[in-house]
Amino acid sequence: MANNISVGAAAPGCKKVDPILVADNVTRQFGGLTAVDVAHLEIPRGQITALIGPNGAGKTTLFNLLTGFDKPNTGTWIYDGKNLAGVPSYKVARLGMVRTFQLTKALSLLTVIDNMRLGAQDQPGENFLRSFLKPLWVKYENQITAKADDLLKRFKLDAKREDYAAALSGGQRKLLEMARALMSDPKLVMLDEPMAGVNPALTQSLLEHIKDLKKNGTTVLFVEHDMHMVRHISDWVVVMAEGKIVAEGPPAVVMKDQAVIDAYLGAHADTDLGTVAIKVVKGK
Amino acid sequence: MDWLAIFNLALGELISPLTAAYILCAIGLAVHFGFTGLMNFGQAAFAAVGAYGMAIGILTFGMPTAVAILFGMACAVIFALVLGIPTLRLRADYLAIVTIAAAEIFRYLMLTSGFAGVTGGSAGLSAFNEEFRALNPFPDGEYGFGPFVFREEELWMRIVGWLTVVLAALFVMFVMRSPWGRVLRGIREDEDAVRSLGKNVFAYKLQALIIGGVIAALGGMIFVLNLSNVQPASWGTNFTFMIWTVLLLGGAATILGPIVGGMLFFLLLTLTQSIIGGLVDVGVINFLSPPQVGQVRFLIIGLALMALVIFRPQGIFGNKKEMQFNG
Amino acid sequence: MNPLTLSKRGILGLNRPVAIWLGALAVVFGMLFSAVPASAADETPAPADGSSLVIKGKVKNEGVGVAGIELKVTGPSFEEIATTDADGLWSLNVPTKAEYKVEIQLDSLPEGVGLRDPETTVRTADLTMVETASVLFPLGVDTRVETPILDQIAIRAFAGLNLGLLLAIAAIGISLIFGTTGLSNFAHGEMVTFGALTTWLFYAVLDLPLIISAVITIAISAAFGWLQDAALWKPLRGRRLGLNQMMIVSIGFGIFLRYVLLIVFDGETKVISGDFQAVEFGPIITTANSIGSMAISVVTLAAVALFLTRTRIGKATRAVSDNASLAASTGIDVEKIIRIVWVVAGALTGLAGMLYGLQFQANWLTGFQILLLLFAATTLGGLGTSLGATVGALIIGFVVELSSLVLPADLKYAASLIILILVLLVRPQGVLGKKQRIG
Repeated sequence: MANNISVGAAAPGCKKVDPILVADNVTRQFGGLTAVDVAHLEIPRGQITALIGPNGAGKTTLFNLLTGFDKPNTGTWIYDGKNLAGVPSYKVARLGMVRTFQLTKALSLLTVIDNMRLGAQDQPGENFLRSFLKPLWVKYENQITAKADDLLKRFKLDAKREDYAAALSGGQRKLLEMARALMSDPKLVMLDEPMAGVNPALTQSLLEHIKDLKKNGTTVLFVEHDMHMVRHISDWVVVMAEGKIVAEGPPAVVMKDQAVIDAYLGAHADTDLGTVAIKVVKGK
Repeated sequence: MDWLAIFNLALGELISPLTAAYILCAIGLAVHFGFTGLMNFGQAAFAAVGAYGMAIGILTFGMPTAVAILFGMACAVIFALVLGIPTLRLRADYLAIVTIAAAEIFRYLMLTSGFAGVTGGSAGLSAFNEEFRALNPFPDGEYGFGPFVFREEELWMRIVGWLTVVLAALFVMFVMRSPWGRVLRGIREDEDAVRSLGKNVFAYKLQALIIGGVIAALGGMIFVLNLSNVQPASWGTNFTFMIWTVLLLGGAATILGPIVGGMLFFLLLTLTQSIIGGLVDVGVINFLSPPQVGQVRFLIIGLALMALVIFRPQGIFGNKKEMQFNG
Repeated sequence: MNPLTLSKRGILGLNRPVAIWLGALAVVFGMLFSAVPASAADETPAPADGSSLVIKGKVKNEGVGVAGIELKVTGPSFEEIATTDADGLWSLNVPTKAEYKVEIQLDSLPEGVGLRDPETTVRTADLTMVETASVLFPLGVDTRVETPILDQIAIRAFAGLNLGLLLAIAAIGISLIFGTTGLSNFAHGEMVTFGALTTWLFYAVLDLPLIISAVITIAISAAFGWLQDAALWKPLRGRRLGLNQMMIVSIGFGIFLRYVLLIVFDGETKVISGDFQAVEFGPIITTANSIGSMAISVVTLAAVALFLTRTRIGKATRAVSDNASLAASTGIDVEKIIRIVWVVAGALTGLAGMLYGLQFQANWLTGFQILLLLFAATTLGGLGTSLGATVGALIIGFVVELSSLVLPADLKYAASLIILILVLLVRPQGVLGKKQRIG
């Protein structure tokens, strides 16, 4: 089926019109088990891409590999024209490819505003030799604080500004982590299960934030279990199972794909995907 | 029992140069553990490196004292690099084992007769503090009041020791309130999160190790300038464990914690020991002999360390919210 | 749960066991107190006048004191030579609390007589904490004749195997505890000391037969392991104390135990077995004690391996090590397994202490001195695997002993610690450990 994202028909590993990230032959083994085995994958620029698949499909591992948090057995991947294989995670982040974590990593014993400030890049005051001369960094500090306050307002966390991050609810921590990632104006945001454990009221606002990101020209790649969420906001869906890309395409098409149904449901092919996916996967 | 003498002794401990030396090491450990989360159990080695560096600088290379102090600090930087580059990527419990091992290796190297020409072997080094004494600006005589009466060289030693403590504390306060300190505290909470925000976590940890190590090296120098000799036996694991107790008593993630913790630690330790000693002398406690009273000191330290970690990990000073152990 | 119930549980959950624990300690040590002073009288002369700090010792050959042996004692601005009297006894007053080195002057030895441990001509006497220290140099057949290098290697390798087997028994204890609870137990060395000194008390002081002393030692050590878990570690697990906090608690507990042992048993180095029957094969000269110890070690290690792989409890232990919550969900009582692990670890470590003490000497610091070797062994083999701990211990044993072929003897422990650091650089998960999945 034709679409305006891929070159030609959508198929696992298909070429994109304007990819921001291109991965080739990325594999990762744990002991004898192959966790990730991706032959070719391109992520379209300026779109929201969902990465879905059952538990143990290798989604988080692939995230870890692409962002330098884990080392692959083989493979290369090119982000915005730069080969990132072997680049340490902090340099990946500096290049504008910022991620969040499945288990939220809010820095519990820092205040919300300090969490935010930490997200900004290239701070002169983070250099040790300049750190004890406040005039050298106070101006930039004020700039990033203003920016952080802006973001906190957008994410409705401004009332919590001076609280320790530990005092936030699970959903608020997810919001904080996402807002913190935006402090560096990333080009590609990679969200690992942003909706997991978030109550329905907050989920809606999270989804809005993700859509806002796209409006501002940021590329989003996110991992998700729940197919309903995926259907609402993503432009493109990539499906992983047992470490491999088994399907990709626009959400409406992918959900009818036999390979996806097999991967998720096995024999229960006639059930609606959105409602049962999580239960079935967890029972596996 | 002479209570007055006991209290005078204990109050004297409050501002003794040795207390200052331990406090400096604890401030260094606060940078490592309290602010950055590094489980360094080799702090004795940093103090020893500073002490030996200064003594060897003076005795072997004939440096003036001021240069030798800088040399001792430089040695601590090198030791931090040698220790940190291979080990800072390790898990917290491995790091604890490796740092304790590194400290013991350093002590064995100072003890071995192979290097005795430079290190003095088990006898250690002495006669390196003549120039330091000559620098004393105070004329001969006694100074002070009440329990705090000192001869001129004692006064000099105390002023140098405590001035170093104040400077080190101010320095740590300044850097910890900067964005640099914010990154360290972030690493203490979750280093992967900080990495994902584009910070070179390894470089920050190494910087923290160096800075805390140099402060501990200054502590080691105060320690040996006061004792007039440096011996390998001083820098065993007990030294490190005492510093941990001091730090946890005051509160690991605070500036004042190590200072108040150190003073309180030695005050309480001297009091308990004197009281037990007195009770032994008058025969109330008859199952301890006088030399065993000194051993009770460490028994108390062991119990204090356990109790602090179990019941009050944030220390007497710390905010409960501000200090937690990861893992 | 609200803070009130938390703190309540803290008080009830900890203080009662602590009280039991202290009570039990008091009983055990009360018994020891009454037993100890009766012993040590015959060995040493009273110190001369002057400083109360004394280093002393006895030089014996085949159980008989040797006169006229010279010992050079050096310390901070101190150097003096002591000479043994007709009974082989010597003592020397020293001025300051410090570490001293005692070097036996080899040219003062009679013809044909040498040190039983020819590498060790210098021993240390640590007077920082105690007022008297004893230093012993057992003599034997002179082996100072030039030994060919291959023979030297064989001798050192044999000694390394011996040490490695000893370390393995104690290291498995650390490894089992780490595997099932995640605790790096820094108080483990004191369990070794406890085993050695208990054996000394029953065998050398109370003069019970060796086999009975051994059984008592192992039983008390196992009970000691049980008590530690029941009174300290289980309540702390109940409070959900973090692993790093637990590790620091174990450090504090280790210091506490060490000084309790010092106060109870004093600082003297104990010779537990005076019976050193020489056994010779090829270039290797050893004692019946060592051969027996090695045989017991091998049998014990085999028994532990069978226990872990063949019995239900052993399999359950491995399941808990692998994944505690998964094991719990399959119906394994995790707390019961952990308790069993502590008892087994206590027994094994007490046995290791006994074997160590029977072959070498033991004092209050013995266990702490080998603690880092034990950690080196377990880390080398991959924390938490028993086979790994055994292999790691053997490697450490060989490194310690073979290093003295190229390094001065006083650096042999440093060598094994350097190996530990080097291995961690290359394989942070240990030699046999598996890489863990991240994320």
